[in-house]
Formats: sequence, structure tokens, C-alpha cells
Amino acid sequence: MDIDRPRSLDETLAAAGEYPDATLLAGGTDVMVEVNFRTRQVRRVISLRGVADLSEWNGTRIGAGVTYRRMELGPIPALAQLARTVGSPQIRSVGTLGGNLGTASPAGDTHPFLAACDASIEVRSRDGGTRILSWSEFLTGPKLNALKPGEVITAVVLPEHLPARQEFGKVGVRSAMVISTVSACVMRDEEGRTTVALGAVGPTVLRAARAEEMMSAESHPSAEALAEFSRLVSDEVRPITDHRSTEAYRRHASGVLARRLLERCLAA
Amino acid sequence: MNVHFTVNGEEREAAVQGPESLLFVLRERLGLLGAKDACEQGECGSCTVIVDGDLVCSCLVMAADAEGTEVLTVEGLATEDELHPVQQAFVEHGAVQCGFCTPGFVVATAHLLEHQPAPTEPEIREALSGNICRCTGYGALLRAVQSMGGASP
Repeated sequence: MDIDRPRSLDETLAAAGEYPDATLLAGGTDVMVEVNFRTRQVRRVISLRGVADLSEWNGTRIGAGVTYRRMELGPIPALAQLARTVGSPQIRSVGTLGGNLGTASPAGDTHPFLAACDASIEVRSRDGGTRILSWSEFLTGPKLNALKPGEVITAVVLPEHLPARQEFGKVGVRSAMVISTVSACVMRDEEGRTTVALGAVGPTVLRAARAEEMMSAESHPSAEALAEFSRLVSDEVRPITDHRSTEAYRRHASGVLARRLLERCLAA
Repeated sequence: MNVHFTVNGEEREAAVQGPESLLFVLRERLGLLGAKDACEQGECGSCTVIVDGDLVCSCLVMAADAEGTEVLTVEGLATEDELHPVQQAFVEHGAVQCGFCTPGFVVATAHLLEHQPAPTEPEIREALSGNICRCTGYGALLRAVQSMGGASP
């Protein structure tokens, strides 16, 4: 195995351009599980450990190398909430935003936040320059994303104005070290425009468009409106039954979780 | 390939094969058997060490990527004559049953107290949430950590 240890973004892009099949290694919390269980062959690694450029966080532009630990302590409420639910302190100290997008698990815990606020993903390559993709263009399927060979995820770009009322929550068998059974993020702005994104209940994170449209028209939602919101969310998700949960439970929990998060937004 | 890093304050060089983990290299190449090998997927915390000040699972660190880092393992906590205060507290409170998880808990606790000298109970529980004791000796572990609240680690 060979390893490159670039010290700058330019060196990283040069290495990725030269070795488009190399494994990009950030925190290692996903890659090394596959290495340890011998489900991933690694012939060449590009280590991002020394690439400080990737760890810059300027307002709404968050470098791909920013760790969950920093998100947890950062100023964006729902991003801090979700970061705190990821793994354990050991995972959060090294796991990164870019890694969560690179792995592209349907249960990726940053995804509901990114989808709820319509974030973009910035990717760069030596030969192709910079591409900015919406979250829905970037996440293309279970463990699939739109990265081309030689491209590196460099940052996430959030909209300039995020609703102050934003909540993240997830359902799992314990509070720590758990992969989401259902995860959700709800945002509601000053005009009542509401977005709701759900993870682990479809091939990628998804937005519940009918629930959003219905709730965005409600200035002071009644109990009936909340119940209808919950029902629409449960109707719009596309969960499967697997070793972690059942389709029916995930559908039910999606509606309950989304309504609770909305209620917290309304109370804020 | 050889990696060069600092382990418990000493410059070390170790032969590394392929993408093997820091845990494997610590145990099998450097003979440091304190960090334990259990789940190999970051779930259990028994391999916890500190790399460049960060609490990490050494099973999830690629050894080849540890070049130039500073690693602290449980072996680096005590001196020749004296246990680390966290180890002493674990002894005094019987916070050890079979002992397999103990090195990971000791390192995680030392890291916690270095950053938060007087943690609350929820803070202790959250800080140690990445370490599992399958003897379920959590009560004594919690009391041991609480006994150090306010004491400098």
C-alpha cells in the first residue's frame, strides 16, 4: 500500500488527479471498519490529516474536514444537535462532514440537516475545476454519490440565511453509538415556510414535499394540522425493512418524530 | 513501510503492513498490550488512546496515517512509582470487574478530566458513552470518576 500525505488543497487535488482510484482518508471511522472486516481493498491512500485548508469554517461555508466535535460546539443549532448524536466522543473527535458525504449512507446524520436547509456540496478536481452540487444532485443512492474519479469533497455551502427555528432528532436503540433508525430535521422560518427532511427512510435523505406545503400554509397550526403533517410525513417516506427496523415502524416513527420536531420549532 | 511517531513521549518507529490499524501496530509491533482489541469497529472503546490530543479508537486509525503524530496509551499514564490519579480512583472504588474495558475507560476518563476537571454526572455519562463495560460495572465506574470531581487529574 502507498500513502500520500498532502499538506495543502492543491497537493491533495494533484494526488487525487494522479491516482483517481485512491482512497481518500479523513477521520477513518467508516474506512477502517471496512479495512478491519476485510470488505475494502486499499492499495493507495491519500491522507487528509495534514490538509488544514479543508478544516476551515467561514460562516456558511464549512470545510469538508470539519469534525463532528467542532459542529457540536459550533453556532448552528440543528447541526450541533445532530453532531452530538453521532457515535461517541471517540468518533466525533475525528469523523468529518466530508466523510459523511463521501460514505453517503442513507442513515448519514448530517444529511437531514443539509437537505432541510438546501445546502450545496462543493467538489474540486485538478482537471475539472470546481463543481457546486445541490444535496439532491450529490447524494444519488445508498452509499452512492456524484463524485467523479479524481474529485475531492472540499466544503458544504449553506444558504446565507438559515431559519432560527431548526430542530434535529433521531430514533435509535440507545443515545450513543447508534445508527439512526429514522432521523429528521425540521426548519421553519419567520414567514412559516417549513421544510422537513428525513434520513434512513429511503435510498437517500428525502424531503416530505406535501407535508412541507401543507404546513407552510398554516400560520398557527392547530392540533388537527399537526396530525395531518405527521400523517403526510409517514405517507411520503420510503422506508424498507432491514436488520435495524421494519418498514412499518420507520413509517410510523417518521411522522411522530417530524411532528415533535415541528412542535419544538413552534415553541421556540 | 515504516511509520515514525511519538508513543508515550518516546520517538518510535514501527513496521506497518498495508492499511492495518494503529491498534494492531501498538499491540503486535510495539508490544503495548494495554489498548484492547475487541470490536474493531469503534463500538466498544476498549482500544481508546489519545492521538494529538484527540480521544480516538485506535482500531479506526490507519497506522500508516499516524506518521508524525503523538500517541498516548494507557501505559503512558502511570509513572514508575505511582499510578495515575484515575487509575488510583478506579482501584479505590472497585471500578474494575474483568478488567478488559478498563484501559479504555481510564484513558477516556483522563481525557475528560483534563478538559473538564469537575464534570457533572450527565457529562461523565456522555464523555464515557463510547466505552462499553460488558460486566455492566457502570455504577462503580461512575462513582470512581465522581470521586475525582474538582481534583486535578
